[in-house]
Amino acid sequence: MSAKERILAKLRGSLEGTTAVADDYDEALVTVPWRYAPDKRLDRLREVLEAVHGETRLTTSADWPALVLAALAERGIGELLVSPATAHGQQFAGYLALNGGSLRLKAYDRPVEEWKDELFFHTPASLTGTLGGIAATGSLIVWPTPQEPRLMSLVPPLHIALLKASEVFDNLFEAMHAQGWAGGLPTNALLVSGPSKTADIQQTLAYGAHGPKELLVLILQDA
Amino acid sequence: MSNLADLPGVPIEFKRNAREALDDGQLRRNFRGAMDFLMAKRTAQFPDADELERLRAFGNRVRARALSKLPDLLERLEANLTRNGVKVHWAETVEEANAIVHSIVQAHEAKNLIKGKSMVSEEMEMNHFLGERGVDCLESDMGEFIVQLREEKPSHIIMPAIHLNAGQVASLFHDKLEVDYTEDVDRLIQIGRETLRRKFFEADIGVSGVNFAIAETGTLLLVENEGNGRMSTTVPPVHIAVTGIEKVVENLRDVVPLLSLLTRSATGQPITTYVNMISSPRKADELDGPREVHLVLLDNGRSQAFADGALRQTLNCIRCGACMNHCPVYTRIGGHAYGTVYPGPIGKIVTPHMLGLEKTRDLPTASSMCGACGEVCPVKIPIPALLRRLREEAVRAPDEGPHHMRGQGAKYSAKERMIWKAWKAVNTSPGLYRVARFAGTRLRGLMPSNIGPWTEHHAPPKPAARSLHELARDHLGDE
Repeated sequence: MSAKERILAKLRGSLEGTTAVADDYDEALVTVPWRYAPDKRLDRLREVLEAVHGETRLTTSADWPALVLAALAERGIGELLVSPATAHGQQFAGYLALNGGSLRLKAYDRPVEEWKDELFFHTPASLTGTLGGIAATGSLIVWPTPQEPRLMSLVPPLHIALLKASEVFDNLFEAMHAQGWAGGLPTNALLVSGPSKTADIQQTLAYGAHGPKELLVLILQDA
Repeated sequence: MSNLADLPGVPIEFKRNAREALDDGQLRRNFRGAMDFLMAKRTAQFPDADELERLRAFGNRVRARALSKLPDLLERLEANLTRNGVKVHWAETVEEANAIVHSIVQAHEAKNLIKGKSMVSEEMEMNHFLGERGVDCLESDMGEFIVQLREEKPSHIIMPAIHLNAGQVASLFHDKLEVDYTEDVDRLIQIGRETLRRKFFEADIGVSGVNFAIAETGTLLLVENEGNGRMSTTVPPVHIAVTGIEKVVENLRDVVPLLSLLTRSATGQPITTYVNMISSPRKADELDGPREVHLVLLDNGRSQAFADGALRQTLNCIRCGACMNHCPVYTRIGGHAYGTVYPGPIGKIVTPHMLGLEKTRDLPTASSMCGACGEVCPVKIPIPALLRRLREEAVRAPDEGPHHMRGQGAKYSAKERMIWKAWKAVNTSPGLYRVARFAGTRLRGLMPSNIGPWTEHHAPPKPAARSLHELARDHLGDE
């Protein structure tokens, strides 16, 4: 017998004569306390996210590129990792062509192995989209894609994320239900709630542990 | 801990460890501060007592349901992970689990492993096992990294370096990493970040634990704040996740209440910075992520706990650490005194299944039975009741059936058993009781002055010259 067969045989033997516990999932308990009036939903998301040092800005689908440019200029950052294959990537490149200065755009267009050093040590900022947000916990829903791979939202010290106001859900249960997560999850699905942090030294909270030191969320109110 | 205590079957020297810890003022201040901090953080996350109680009951039901179908869910998990391209391995013992990891290491000729936080890998002593075989394992969680630099073990399952203060970490970094001495925590974390960033980059294999394994979708869910878990599971070309067989849940939606209970109970956060759900290795058109993902499912005594309906509740545990944060014993002696991977109340009920009761004979009694652990447990494990049960298992005669535990009767004493039998007989038979009472009062001078552990700290008990009955009779007779 293999280890698997032995383990399963032991477990099955122990369950003999028992019946499975019924699935009496209490949906109300994980939704009702975490519901917000439509005009308060964004406030909740911003409040919780800002409590853990996430920065948020309210903007529109036309104006956000200017905010990205300003945020980078403010920090003296001259390079941005952004996908030219996404709608927001193209919009930003178009804006930059008209208004840009010296900002250099970089694409994550080859396997990480081919440019690891540059990604890890010479990529100060990235811009990605999100699949939505969760008001209750101040979370972004991020499903990395071939256009916006997993490390894009993790390795650069500044992560700028675009969030459409219409895609902000009240709570995790409603988000996963509305988006049909159980029907098929991607290679990697993430909830991101703030910049990386740790309290491992004397319970003192410090930001910028291994992931981004800063998370800037641009909320597109008209999208 | 002595080297002897590393041998199987040789009891952990809990009492000696505890005495040493109690004498260490710095350690006690560090733990007191940390536990007060964590208790306050948790309390602030549960302002509504009714919501908390209902959520705990819900969490308990979700875990009980998963355990009530555990073998089926494990098979479903394996089928879905396999369909997604993840390779699933099964191990009954830590030796088997280490051999599986080693075979993956050998297949890739790997020299460097980077680890996210994983208590199961601590259970396996994976670093030591692979280290002996020339493979370097580096911990990447800041707390684990600090503890590894000090050649220590974690003292808490959530905050591994909680026994140290900033000054101690500053000295450590100064000595081991050759950086300028600084007690500035932001600077210390940046030193850790810079040191480890290159290591993620160079590692051949990433190792992680699992918080919830979701059978429905074939998904491994990991929570963390630092980003080292995402790094370890994304940057190296191979990812090995190790977990206990009890970590499976039935459906994706089941993680909603459990996640809320876990992060709020553990560190008082509404959610951790990252919730990382991994369902497959890198697909053909994807540009990063490991090309191979392995899951090692470890039993290591869990099926023994599973075999008994009461003891099975031990496996509800979602490893939040709230029981240790609220434990008056843990707060005073810290995590290392237990001499086990899992310290505190949960350690006392789970470790006997992993190591046997001979080795862990003192753990079930290392409790004041105050009940705080059971009250805060987010999945309502009746920890005090299970401690009492383990105490019973430890004193049952080794040959008395049915056998529930490895090491049954580790504290069995024929003499003690005989005394209790006599006690029972005396107290359930009025005639015998009267004889014993008469003998006890009249022969009180024969009471021994040394009666085991009791007289180590107390005066020997001495029966009164006359019994209460006799005194009452005299008193009433006067009226």
